[in-house]
Amino acid sequence: MKKTRALALIAMAGLLGTAALAQKTAVQSIEEYRAMLQDGNPADLFEAKGEDLWKQKRGPKNASLEQCDLGKGPGVVKGVFVELPRFFADTQRVQDMESRLLTCMETLQGFSAAEIAKTPFGRGEQNNVTALATWISAQSKGMKFNLPQGHEQERISYEVGKRLFFQRAGAHDFSCASCHGQDNTRIRLQDLPNLIKNPGDGVGFAAWPAYRVSNGQMWTMQLRLNDCYRQQRFPYPGFGSDATIALGSYLGVNSQGSASAVPTIKR
Amino acid sequence: MADPMRIRAQAAGDKTTVRVLMSHEMETGQRKDSAGKTIPAWHIQEVEAKHNGKSVMTAEWGGGVSKNPFLQFTVKGAKAGDKISITWKDNKGDTRTDEATVT
Repeated sequence: MKKTRALALIAMAGLLGTAALAQKTAVQSIEEYRAMLQDGNPADLFEAKGEDLWKQKRGPKNASLEQCDLGKGPGVVKGVFVELPRFFADTQRVQDMESRLLTCMETLQGFSAAEIAKTPFGRGEQNNVTALATWISAQSKGMKFNLPQGHEQERISYEVGKRLFFQRAGAHDFSCASCHGQDNTRIRLQDLPNLIKNPGDGVGFAAWPAYRVSNGQMWTMQLRLNDCYRQQRFPYPGFGSDATIALGSYLGVNSQGSASAVPTIKR
Repeated sequence: MADPMRIRAQAAGDKTTVRVLMSHEMETGQRKDSAGKTIPAWHIQEVEAKHNGKSVMTAEWGGGVSKNPFLQFTVKGAKAGDKISITWKDNKGDTRTDEATVT
């Protein structure tokens, strides 16, 4: 009796062993889930809204954004996302997608850029900036990152970004590199890309703006960085600040040659 | 006014696959805000799909459906060039209708 039970146990252990081998890893399951959602990515809704906003006459000056220069001349939206952040002569600043949109909303439409930058994410004009950034970045889907580094300011921005990336501080003595500085790390089930080198097509900098299924929010890179800082228990440097733009320069230049998959969908 | 839907309708043989993305908060009525007050329910209650003006599907939805819902279904007999329209109505009485042509 005892013997048969022992045999049965061994047989069961054997079965469990094969089951574990055949079982998908959590990462594979998440990938499958994302692929299922990809077909109906709600980022589409934000794209449609952004396209509408671009053409709509709005703001105190009742003007559209169609004359906005995002780096390739007034009104050009295709291909601009993969070359941002870059230096703009009119503002004498290196700017990323979101901060450049604020400039355009101020100069063309008469909104207050400082006012919008202070608005919390997900409220008022911030929602419109997100929708615009989603639509504009989607126009460069599949194109390869090619950030200009010709201007001195652009090279400084990259260097500053690199230093910020490795700067350890805050209550947990964290830096961006603590999580994103080596291969095969994760937070719970989320794989973390190694961002001190080129993470490849559609990963890291090439994956945001993205739709977050878990909270139903569309996130731009500025919001992504904001949440990284929150997780580090670190004060957010501010929307469109030189610090977050510099981090964008660093990540963007590292992604040189990788294709943008934006807008993507995240858990 | 509510934001537009995205509707794609693709014919294959005698069946047409319709995929719809709706823009809606879909608040369940179970959540509380930071002050501890219940956030009132606000979700789609009725969905109707029409093929060339003829009703082909109706659905009753509640707070269990996700924010920005995605809906997919097949319509038998719809051909390229036909019109598919979707209408939703939420519990606040707001409604939206969008139409797409079958490709």
